[in-house]
Amino acid sequence: MDDLGFIVASYAVTLVAVGLFAWSVVRRSRRLAEQVPPEDRPWT
Amino acid sequence: MTASTATRGRPDRVTGTPFTRALGIATLVGIVWLTWFGLFVTPADVNQGESVRIMYAHVPGAWLAYLAFIVTAVSSAAYLWRRTRSLTWDRIAGASAEIGVLFMGISLVTGSLWGRLTWGTFWTWDARLTTTAFLFVTYVGYLAVRNLGGTHHQRARRSAVLALLAVLEIPLVHFSVELWNSLHQEASVAMDGLMLFTLFLGVIVFTLMYVWLLLHRQRALALQDLVDDTGLDLAIAARRAEVG
Repeated sequence: MDDLGFIVASYAVTLVAVGLFAWSVVRRSRRLAEQVPPEDRPWT
Repeated sequence: MTASTATRGRPDRVTGTPFTRALGIATLVGIVWLTWFGLFVTPADVNQGESVRIMYAHVPGAWLAYLAFIVTAVSSAAYLWRRTRSLTWDRIAGASAEIGVLFMGISLVTGSLWGRLTWGTFWTWDARLTTTAFLFVTYVGYLAVRNLGGTHHQRARRSAVLALLAVLEIPLVHFSVELWNSLHQEASVAMDGLMLFTLFLGVIVFTLMYVWLLLHRQRALALQDLVDDTGLDLAIAARRAEVG
């Protein structure tokens, strides 16, 4: 199937981009949370 | 126990809640389901062959970018309206714009790969492609404007005005295929039942993904604002101590 590389690439780009964004958000949040007391996080 | 050790001891409590954890699990299950159906279960298209499988990532990506930019505009309007003015609206607007830019970028890349298979080229200055690229660049600019500095309310005011102007581009992008001669096909639901189901599954899964990302990102922005405020308070106290 000639199209296979393009099809797999489109799914890979989507999953990797979303995964990296989610990972960066969680990592940044953890770093910031070390400077903020739990009582200042109303969602917890 | 200090704030630092409290956080390290319970890392899941940084921006997550039982709801976001359940949502995250549902999203992961949905992603696996969508990938399986998109790559292996749905049939090839009569005209486009196997390349139609890219549609299940491309169309939901574009849908999500539209949704994210509309949420940015509505949140910005809520901030500008005196009765609902709150920095929470501004943070939702900023978080949603970031996610919108991410998905607009994904849509442009997957569309380019699909275009190479169906049109024989990665890019052409077609009306839909050009207006989409313009929308993408506009929201990259919006994110840059958010980082210009000033107080939180100055940031919120200027970016809210820009968001209300930028959202006007969305109808232009959406209707570009009808307004001008375009290679890009118009929106259509004339397809096989399983293909249609998978496409709607994609829209639902991407929307769940959006809600999860939005909740976490806007909470991260709230933490950033708190840290900025604390730093400013400490700087003012230090300056007063110097003067005194």
